[in-house]
Amino acid sequence: MKWHDIKELIAKIIFLICGLLAIVAVLVITGYMIAKGIPAISKVGFSDLIFGTVWKPTADNPSYGILYIILSSIVATFGAVLIGVPIALLTAVFLTDYTSGNKTTRNVSKLLQSAVELLAAIPSVIYGLIGMMVLNPIMFDLEKKIYAGNPNHQFTGGANLLSAIIVLAVMILPTVINVSVSSIKAVPDHMRAASLALGATKLQTIFKVVIPAAKSGIMTGVVLGIGRALGEAMAINMVAGGSVNPPFSFNSVRTLTTQLVSEMSYASGLHRQVLFTVGLVLYIFIVVINLILMRIKKKGLENG
Amino acid sequence: MKKNKLERIASVLLAGVLAVGVTACGSTASSDSTGADGSTDSAKTDSASADAGKDLSGSISLAGSTSMEKLCEAMMEGFKEKYPNVTVTTEYTGSGAGIESLTAGQVDIGDASRKLHDDEKANGIVENIVAIDGIAVIVDKDNAVKDLKKDDLAKIYTGEISNWKDLGGSDESIVVIGRESGSGTRDAFEELVDVKDKCKYAQELDSTGGVLAKVAATPGSIGYISLDALDDTVNGVSLDGAEPTEENILAGKYALQRPFVMATKGEISEQNDLVKTWFEYVQSDEGQEIVKGAGLIVPQN
Repeated sequence: MKWHDIKELIAKIIFLICGLLAIVAVLVITGYMIAKGIPAISKVGFSDLIFGTVWKPTADNPSYGILYIILSSIVATFGAVLIGVPIALLTAVFLTDYTSGNKTTRNVSKLLQSAVELLAAIPSVIYGLIGMMVLNPIMFDLEKKIYAGNPNHQFTGGANLLSAIIVLAVMILPTVINVSVSSIKAVPDHMRAASLALGATKLQTIFKVVIPAAKSGIMTGVVLGIGRALGEAMAINMVAGGSVNPPFSFNSVRTLTTQLVSEMSYASGLHRQVLFTVGLVLYIFIVVINLILMRIKKKGLENG
Repeated sequence: MKKNKLERIASVLLAGVLAVGVTACGSTASSDSTGADGSTDSAKTDSASADAGKDLSGSISLAGSTSMEKLCEAMMEGFKEKYPNVTVTTEYTGSGAGIESLTAGQVDIGDASRKLHDDEKANGIVENIVAIDGIAVIVDKDNAVKDLKKDDLAKIYTGEISNWKDLGGSDESIVVIGRESGSGTRDAFEELVDVKDKCKYAQELDSTGGVLAKVAATPGSIGYISLDALDDTVNGVSLDGAEPTEENILAGKYALQRPFVMATKGEISEQNDLVKTWFEYVQSDEGQEIVKGAGLIVPQN
């Protein structure tokens, strides 16, 4: 064997070991979450835990229902997607198909591109801080107007589900925009040209030809956005209030992530074990979302 | 050529950084050595007391209040440093269970985050108060309400009163802010106001700082914090006419307080040497610092 070949072999082994580290990490995390999350399910009972609505872990007669927490996570995520994705998609269209105009348009698009990049780089605690200091007071004013004189409503000071949705919607923008831009750019120009040549307007071309052609890429962006929104903890912890309530707009809510963040430090005994189960539920959600993502990518490859 | 130039600049910069690093290391090293020279005397006394600590060995067992976990853990850590051969074990079973274990002779010290009941004292259990836990009720600066009755406070937290105008304030809805389940402050507050597990929180925050900031920023809000964290960004409400101050707590005028008791079976002087040493440590300046560090008030004897 030549020295040259030995070097190649050593390099190959080092690369393999690095790759294996990722696999080991995934296996260890999965195993740990399952091992830590399962015991509480059998102790509390599956339906009492998952479908219970009362969260009183430290009461003399404790109750560990996490249904509202799961629902709040789902509603907050889909709310954010509902608001964020249309904005992100139209931004992506502007960045790909409307930048060739006059000088002002080109400057705007350059500015927009840097803004999107910056948006992606802002740490979530900053989003939370601004949500807390700017968004929550606005929500509080709105809340006071809407629920004036309503004795059944508990005033939350503006920390509610709606604030969380808005903050999350802004947070997922860069993910969805960036992935959509690259997939719309990948649509070959001859398709646009053919559509225009057939007499379609630019608007028709974009919505009937370009976006459908870039569909799987855009869907990838959306799913990545869902993953980001579902996994976000810090910002939501700061704006959503943190009481366990059903997920309505002006209710203070708690999500799967904030549940872990806020109670882990002092929890003990069964309370702590249930928090691990909450972590397991979150983990399962994320795994499912990633499986969907893989399917979309595979489909996209087959179609392309 | 361009690359060469870059490399040269980089190497000069690197050399500069290294030079600064070396001088910095040199200076810290020399100051360290002078520090060591100067403190030889104290080092000697330290080692002398550490030797005394090493002579003592055995184990002390504690059981009781979960609220006292923070204090007990800090105290155990400090104690362990001074007396490395003494094993201290603590179980957090709850105040009542702790005193029961003590009565049954299963542990040396029973932790209780409340005053001892008369029947407990009748069993020969002695109440040694090691710290006092005080809680301040806070409202935002613009709130006109400066004094609350304890009953009204309970009604606010259970949702029976939801507007400040019912308490003589302006027509503003009350935003009820508290801590997360498992928090010691929440536990103490709910117990002292007698609203355990009946509270309807609008916001549950996971830190004292968070509660302070939210109450300061939210008009019409009310919250509770550990007394030592009270500052002038918020108003500390007086309760039944007594302001939340350390003096009022020590005088027993302010209601939101509870003693942290390390109870013993019989007086401390009747205990074995290990338990005596434990209480000596708790009442030493070092121990008192730990009490203050845990956000608690040192009791006056």
